Amino acid sequence: MFRSAHKLRSRHSLVSILFIWLFMNAIGAHGAIAPAAKKTSTSTADHTKFEALQQEFATAPDVTKACLTCHTEASKQIHKTTHWNWKITHPETGQVLGKKRVVNSFCGSITTNYARCTSCHIGYGWKDDSFDFTSEENVDCLVCHDTTDTYKKFPTAAGHPTYVDKPFPKKSKKIWKAPDLTKVAQAVGKPRRENCGVCHFYGGGGDGVKHGDLDSSMTNPPRTLDVHMGVDGLNFVCTECHSTDGHDLKGSHYTSVGKDTHGIDIPGRDDHNRASCESCHGDKPHEETVNNKINDHTNKVACHIPTYAKGGVPSKTWWDWSTAGRMDGDGKHLKMKDENGYVTYVTKKGTFEWGENLVPEYAWLSGEIRYQELEDRLDPNSVVPINTFKGDYDDPGARIWPFKIMRGKQPYDKGNNTLVISHLFGKDSEAYWKSFNWDRAIKAAMDAAGADYSGDYGFIETTMHWPLSHMVAPKEEALGCDECHSRNGRLAELTGFYMPGRDKSDLLDIIGWLAVLGTLGGVSLHGFVRVFFSRKRRNG
Amino acid sequence: MPNEMIYTRFERIWHWVLAILILPLLLTGFEIHGDYTMLGFEQAVDTHIIFAWALMGLLVFVIFWHMTTGEWKQYIPSSKNNLMAMLRYYAVDIFLGGGHPFHMTRKSKLNPLQRLAYLSLHVVITPVTWASGLLYLFYTSWGDWGLEGLSLTVVAMVHMAAAFAMLAFLIVHLYLAITTSEKPFGYVKAMISGYEKKE
Repeated sequence: MFRSAHKLRSRHSLVSILFIWLFMNAIGAHGAIAPAAKKTSTSTADHTKFEALQQEFATAPDVTKACLTCHTEASKQIHKTTHWNWKITHPETGQVLGKKRVVNSFCGSITTNYARCTSCHIGYGWKDDSFDFTSEENVDCLVCHDTTDTYKKFPTAAGHPTYVDKPFPKKSKKIWKAPDLTKVAQAVGKPRRENCGVCHFYGGGGDGVKHGDLDSSMTNPPRTLDVHMGVDGLNFVCTECHSTDGHDLKGSHYTSVGKDTHGIDIPGRDDHNRASCESCHGDKPHEETVNNKINDHTNKVACHIPTYAKGGVPSKTWWDWSTAGRMDGDGKHLKMKDENGYVTYVTKKGTFEWGENLVPEYAWLSGEIRYQELEDRLDPNSVVPINTFKGDYDDPGARIWPFKIMRGKQPYDKGNNTLVISHLFGKDSEAYWKSFNWDRAIKAAMDAAGADYSGDYGFIETTMHWPLSHMVAPKEEALGCDECHSRNGRLAELTGFYMPGRDKSDLLDIIGWLAVLGTLGGVSLHGFVRVFFSRKRRNG
Repeated sequence: MPNEMIYTRFERIWHWVLAILILPLLLTGFEIHGDYTMLGFEQAVDTHIIFAWALMGLLVFVIFWHMTTGEWKQYIPSSKNNLMAMLRYYAVDIFLGGGHPFHMTRKSKLNPLQRLAYLSLHVVITPVTWASGLLYLFYTSWGDWGLEGLSLTVVAMVHMAAAFAMLAFLIVHLYLAITTSEKPFGYVKAMISGYEKKE
């Protein structure tokens, strides 16, 4: 008994030593505290004690006014960000991008659909073109800084929460509660995963629809779902990597960096951007062995996102608008689901396909992204790429990146061979979701955007690339070499370079094997003839 | 008449170590090429690299041995007449039970055909394999070495061509070594014991 207890103790101390060693490593490797259960606030301010917040607030902008009494520069900072402007000029291409400008393959565009889309804008009241982007009180502080999870922007209120309890969808029994703005204002804190998630997990009209690597399963993900954000692991919040400088967050996919060559993020670095693998892991993160090929690969491929949409929430992979508008015999809207309970058809939006545990598709990515703009011509006989990333094997700034590729069919102008946008949401009869008349809906949106519409529309298949960078798996689940180094591996589609295991010269292989088999045949024949003659000699 | 020592100890050792290294290199090489799966790509590459370094280490000693002992002279091609006699032997006399035109001695181990075959192995196939293999292994350093213009496709093709040549060579080598001595495996035994058995 005694001996085994002693043994147990020594094993115990061994485990502790191991644990301490792991802990020290974690500190050394990441400069951060090792797995923490719940992050407690270390703020020097208790917001319940501020007089400005001890009042009844009639509207959310009133809360902002109170915030600005202390945080005098906050709105001015927000005014400079993409989160506020939904507009960003790409530094290399000069293309003006952002939600305000681009056409996407989900609901198309925010133009004429503002009040619905801008329920995810960090402001209040962007319901039409006349929104004042210089308004300080219309900055929504709470959506990012609420810690009570009771503050929600109402889906059709142009960014406002509801101020009285009311049902949503209209006439349904689901009641959307008005938040207690005083309580919310007094409980503000640093953004948590929940805050970013209310918009970024639900982009495209629902949970997991748009990104594939961002959905509600990432609110409290296990380590196996996301090794960085896992609550049983490093427990990162979004801003751990999407670092901020005066409220300006890093890591927008509009300005994504294919390869971060600045090295590990330490004071004195020039880009203040932790939204890249290299900013923490450097460019040689693997232990060196006799076969150091693995570190040779970090500048080329991304092996650590083997699958996405893997947290139990499906992501939309196909959206066909051309089938929208069908009703049943009584003129009622249709809604269909498949055996998994995924919605496959709704009258307002058309046909969908979904997927879970999806294998990424791969393409070269450099920082240069381009979008198909409303005035750009398209080829009506091929699939139209909504966005493309410049980059190839010879581009030193490019890397093979995992993507979710969203596919579908959306309306286009058959006369002009351009993409079109549609007026979907609104109470007016031009809105597609009221009249189900594409022609009028397209004309209304194109007129509002000042774009030319020939009056002849059709539907065209499009692709849209979504770079994946979340749902990074623990290292044990990283892709093995043969996932790509095989005849029909993950990179089978990428051309312009030789990859062992995938590529070969058919001619050389034929000549080579003919030579080898010919030699084998030759010596066999030689041997056979020798045996034949020696038998003959012996018998004769 | 006492048996004559044909193959010295070092020669025998390097021959068999070479054999042990070349076979896995061929096997893993063709796996890396994508022709079949046994170890998996990563393990195959690891093994290929380890065995390649071991082989190159061995060959450094072997070259040194050839140079210092003068054994390299064994590969100097012999006269055309001798070569023709050898070809005639393999093409005609061997079937008719005729005797081997050359006698193996310590000073002249290789028949005229072998001289030519091993010379091409040592001055063509092996150096091409080394050079293309090392370039292949260090392709990420080409930029630093001023070799940006080099194509991995070409390097890989050359390495593959050398591998096919090596495999073909090995087949002929095994056939001749195992079957053409007076009794089967006679030469194999000689390469183990060092002595060629005299009748």
